[in-house]
Amino acid sequence: MAAAAKAGEATLRHAFGNVLSFFILLLIGVLAFSIRLFSVIKYESVIHEFDPYFNYRVTQFLTKNGIYDFWNWFDDRTWYPLGRVIGGTVYPGLTLTAGTIWWLLNSLNIPLSVETVCVFTAPIFSAFASWATYLLTKEVKGAGAGLTAAALLAMVPSYISRSVAGSYDNEAVAIFALIITFYLYIKTLNTGSLFYATLNAIAYFYMVCSWGGYTFIINLIPMHVLLCIVTGRYSSRLYIAYAPLVVLGTLLAALVPVVGFNAVMTSEHFASFLVFIILHVVALVYYIKGILSPKMFKVAVTLVVSVGLVVCCAVIAILVALVASSPTKGWSGRSLSLLDPTYASKYIPIIASVSEHQPPTWPSYFMDINVLAFLVPAGIIACFLPLSDASSFVVLYIVTSVYFSGVMVRLMLVFAPAACIMSGIALSQAFDVFTRSIKFQLLRILGFSEADAGDGSSANVVPENDAVKVDKSEETIKERPSRKNKKKEKEQMEKAQAEKTSAKSKTEKRLLVLPMELSVIGLLLLVFMGAFYVVHCVWAAAEAYSAPSIVLTSYTHEGLHVFDDFREAYAWLRHNTEVDDKVASWWDYGYQTTAMANRTVIVDNNTWNNTHIATVGTAMSSPEKAAWEIFNSLDVKYVLVVFGGLVGYPSDDINKFLWMVRIGGGVFPHIKEPDYLRDGQYRIDSQATPTMLNCLMYKLSYYRFVETDGKGFDRVRRTEIGKKYFKLTHFEEVRQS
Amino acid sequence: MARSTGKDAQALFHSLRSAYAATPTTLKIIDLYVGFAVFTALIQVVYMAIVGSFPFNSFLSGVLSCVGTAVLAVCLRIQVNKDNKEFKDLPPERAFADFVLCNLVLHLVIMNFLG
Repeated sequence: MAAAAKAGEATLRHAFGNVLSFFILLLIGVLAFSIRLFSVIKYESVIHEFDPYFNYRVTQFLTKNGIYDFWNWFDDRTWYPLGRVIGGTVYPGLTLTAGTIWWLLNSLNIPLSVETVCVFTAPIFSAFASWATYLLTKEVKGAGAGLTAAALLAMVPSYISRSVAGSYDNEAVAIFALIITFYLYIKTLNTGSLFYATLNAIAYFYMVCSWGGYTFIINLIPMHVLLCIVTGRYSSRLYIAYAPLVVLGTLLAALVPVVGFNAVMTSEHFASFLVFIILHVVALVYYIKGILSPKMFKVAVTLVVSVGLVVCCAVIAILVALVASSPTKGWSGRSLSLLDPTYASKYIPIIASVSEHQPPTWPSYFMDINVLAFLVPAGIIACFLPLSDASSFVVLYIVTSVYFSGVMVRLMLVFAPAACIMSGIALSQAFDVFTRSIKFQLLRILGFSEADAGDGSSANVVPENDAVKVDKSEETIKERPSRKNKKKEKEQMEKAQAEKTSAKSKTEKRLLVLPMELSVIGLLLLVFMGAFYVVHCVWAAAEAYSAPSIVLTSYTHEGLHVFDDFREAYAWLRHNTEVDDKVASWWDYGYQTTAMANRTVIVDNNTWNNTHIATVGTAMSSPEKAAWEIFNSLDVKYVLVVFGGLVGYPSDDINKFLWMVRIGGGVFPHIKEPDYLRDGQYRIDSQATPTMLNCLMYKLSYYRFVETDGKGFDRVRRTEIGKKYFKLTHFEEVRQS
Repeated sequence: MARSTGKDAQALFHSLRSAYAATPTTLKIIDLYVGFAVFTALIQVVYMAIVGSFPFNSFLSGVLSCVGTAVLAVCLRIQVNKDNKEFKDLPPERAFADFVLCNLVLHLVIMNFLG
């Protein structure tokens, strides 16, 4: 009777817990969505930055012309004489997702415009990403840790920075795809079900479609498999988790036109093939060990080792020769710069000049992940007690992502989910201990002598029938934690380890229990820490990461002043020039020009053709006549220059000018950087070199600048300009704002 | 030395043979299927070495489909094998259904990629 009552109680608690966690997850999704809406509230529902404009234009094309035209699209409005094969060079995941959502909504008669769908895709997928984090952490440590990790990810500033409403870039869906691929991998590893392996391959396909960062997955998972093999955790579930993924994953990756045959030919994928072979060898060894007697097995080993060594050396020699024959050893430039951070600055100035590719500074870690920075080590330790396949995976994930985030600030984004998972685990464990202590002490104080410490063991949402399971925990403590019901097993392991010295009797249970006051204070402090985190995240989302950078604001003594110069300039171009006119500018503005002004540009943000960019850079650095000749050969009719010296806008073309010189000089040797520097210093005042004062960029930026205030004081460089009165001989100013 | 190695090899071969003969017939059928798939893949590689790899996507999809079915069949064998304690709760029908599903996805992709 008592057992039945207890069982009924347990199912009731179970049901209550499930309903509660459902509502919590719903709230987390709403939180993730709404914290990213600051830019829509403060400015308007507009697409931000530069890259999203290209994605927006591609999505417009897709919704207007359908998918077949999209696959075969050759774009002649960019890279003027060359054009660009859009179908073959774009990662289609994001545009296809947004296009599908738009099509679905429109067929349900909800007439949202393409722009609205594009702007809000990122917040929706960040809600999905936090749910995926819940699932992943639940597989590693349990539902409580899952909820904490999901709540942390919904707000972490690093992820917000790339997924605000309006930031319509690949990472918006790619992070969701990343987490869900990892979740399905861990789920397959835990359950050994081929169904989840299939889903894993399909999720990996979605990741390949969405972002070039998929190489992180296809190198991390083989690393983890290798780690499991080397630490003796090989099991048949590992084979089922990894082998179908490699075969199906390679095929699916080859299906995406951007990747194509790179899926089998570039070094970034070789790790997966190598580990595939190693896994098969190990599986074969285990199989033969299983069917042979130990003596015979030893004989087999000596035989195979002697023969196999010779064959191995031959194969390795061939492989090494193949790989060494290509100049970059088969790696692409960006991957090489990840492994050797100094590579890009030495050989490829284009990659080095992108501000997102710079290494991050220490403060940016605290800005981006805040409180999680010191919860992560606690989480790593919590993963080791006990160590399971899943927790070794997240440890590996966080270690590799910390390294890569240190190389490139853009990859802080990949580090954020790992940090949230670890912190979620740590926080959940801490809450566990504190609440258990409080409950135990309370019960003791109130005089219940048979207070089952095991009863108040977890704040986890999936409680168990502890009275029944307590005996099982003693038996299972000996076996390795690689069973099917991993989660329950883990909770029992935690309890069992805490009660290491206990015998079969319940009365001797000794869980980690702290004094009452300590636990209460500890709980309060943790809650305060969480509050600080929330305050910081909301501040970061509102102030730091919501600027659409196409609309600028500044606070003057008259109040808020809004600069809409970019859009006004593009609108002017759109309405006052011929449809076929070509516009030259630095590559930063290419995407925006084609999307908003609808004119053909010479170079844009795709930066795939270094020589073409160098041509534009040379033109900007040369004197007027030479520049005019270059632009004439490219059929350019308008030149767009961004100048911030009047209002104090710091990221204008004069500040970027040295990169133009470097990139131009990388291809055309007559442009030499020292010519533009006086004593190694970059200046534009009267001490500047004649080459600098005569170059096209200087002239276009400062033409008639002296008329604004009589002295020509540049607010960004904080000096008066060197050459004040000059006329443009080959160019004509048609518009300024 | 060579003599004893030769004798050892023979003894090893015999024990392997006798141990393998003890496996159930269902598993042997799956093993036969795996061997067939690998053999087909080898034939394709030899053919490519002779004729050249021009439609590379066709070659890739052909070889990977053979390797893929081999891998999936091995997964099925793992799940159906009664000696595997980890999978004793899994009904063999479910294992086979998963196998068929995964094969469907694999062959759909192959068809798409074959050109």
